[in-house]
Amino acid sequence: MKQITAILVGFGSTIQLLVRALSYTATLPRQWARFIEQCYLIGYTTLPIVAILSFFIGSVLALQAGYSMADFGAKEFIGTLVGLSMARELGPVMVAILVAGRVGSAIAAELASMKVYQEIDVLETMNIPPARMLVLPRLAAILVMMPVLAIIADLVGWYGGAIVAKYTHAIAIDPETYFAALRHFMKFKDVVNGLMKAEVFGFGVVLVSCNIGLNTSGGPREVGASVTKAVVVSLILILVADYFITDVLQQIFP
Amino acid sequence: MPSPSSSATRNPFTEAETPAVGVALEHLVKDFGSHKVLKDVSFAVSPGEIFVLMGPSGSGKSVLLKQIVGLEAPTSGRVLVDGRDAIDPATREQVRMALVFQSGALFNSLSVYDNLALYPREHRVASEAAIREKVMRALQIISLEDTADKFPSELSGGMKKRVAIARALVMEPQLMLYDEPTSELDPVTSASISEIIATLREEYHVTTIVVSHDRDLALNIADCIGLLIGGELIFNGTPAELRASKDPVITDFLNPKIDLKNPRFKKLAT
Repeated sequence: MKQITAILVGFGSTIQLLVRALSYTATLPRQWARFIEQCYLIGYTTLPIVAILSFFIGSVLALQAGYSMADFGAKEFIGTLVGLSMARELGPVMVAILVAGRVGSAIAAELASMKVYQEIDVLETMNIPPARMLVLPRLAAILVMMPVLAIIADLVGWYGGAIVAKYTHAIAIDPETYFAALRHFMKFKDVVNGLMKAEVFGFGVVLVSCNIGLNTSGGPREVGASVTKAVVVSLILILVADYFITDVLQQIFP
Repeated sequence: MPSPSSSATRNPFTEAETPAVGVALEHLVKDFGSHKVLKDVSFAVSPGEIFVLMGPSGSGKSVLLKQIVGLEAPTSGRVLVDGRDAIDPATREQVRMALVFQSGALFNSLSVYDNLALYPREHRVASEAAIREKVMRALQIISLEDTADKFPSELSGGMKKRVAIARALVMEPQLMLYDEPTSELDPVTSASISEIIATLREEYHVTTIVVSHDRDLALNIADCIGLLIGGELIFNGTPAELRASKDPVITDFLNPKIDLKNPRFKKLAT
């Protein structure tokens, strides 16, 4: 019962934080520098790990599927499998998981230590709402950077699959065949579908991490606890939301 | 010293006058679960007055400060700042209050300059050139002009507290609150902090509430002293009245005797 109450309280405070942050949307243009800084932190610094991970996800997909499909004489369709898997599911989900681990944890740690060391209290006494200064620029930045990261993840994953398909002896599919199959069966809506998912996941991760960070109480030890909580809650959110968003998107774009 | 009833805070940067504010606590009670931290505390601070709230550690002084700035809601009773309820968010929009935290609570990711410039930038009260002038003047007042480009991690404890005071000063506050401004400082630095607090009130007539257990600070700069013990205000009067008090609790707090033959910790253990 206590845990259910805690979950409901957490959900309520997250929604409250979102409403408060959105009420300051008009201040975004004059927070341009903060927005750009967050775009850099969320997007640019996450890019290398997104690229490395996506390359190997695409590669392993091609490798796993390649051997099985070769047995059925269907290895020409590896490009379709890798392309659709990356665009619709693995790209957005893996990027969101990386964002949760790298960005969400950093946000929770930063805001939690600001709370523990009374910097948030100082902002409030200065009549500077933390939702305006600390949350809004981060939410705006993730909305801009998440689709960029997801597109890069898709592209790198596709090329990773292509390289493995070409240089693995048992598969040996040339890139022309690989990309022809990818283009033939994949539609624009598949990519859009994935980008919409990524957008929702990223937004949720940043919002949840901000809320957990700002609601930290106690000493420095609680900063670590908040980081762990932010990552765990974000991962649960991503995977649960993935099911429901997939279901909704399937009905909207059959 | 100016009269405690001074009614205007002279803006330190523009010489314009803004009204200093009075503070009144009415039957303030604060509980954390079953733990009663503040028990029916009432007192008033006149505009332009320095009120020092003393008391042993854990007596509820810092909690009381948070009630005054509206960071925490009281369990019952109320705090009026300039006649407005402190917990109402509109009060912070109407009255400029600055709280200097015990740790300084400087923004660690910002330089000293940016720490001071944050308030005027966020509230867009001046151009960048005017903000620069305000910030450098505030740093000059506390003799730390050369720290503008440093980060809080590069400052000593005393410097952090002085920078926190300067940051509060840039807000041109009508009410300044200090939480243990001299704790963890050597006697000379403590004395200089006390001088800064007194000078700021003298120069700018800002209403000042200081929470401290520093006897020298209280007796030297306060217009009025409150003594909070166990969440109850057991004394409220002038420094002279406090010195003259024969109440054993007060005299023991002000002049604790170190009795090696009957140490307190052994008494507690038995």
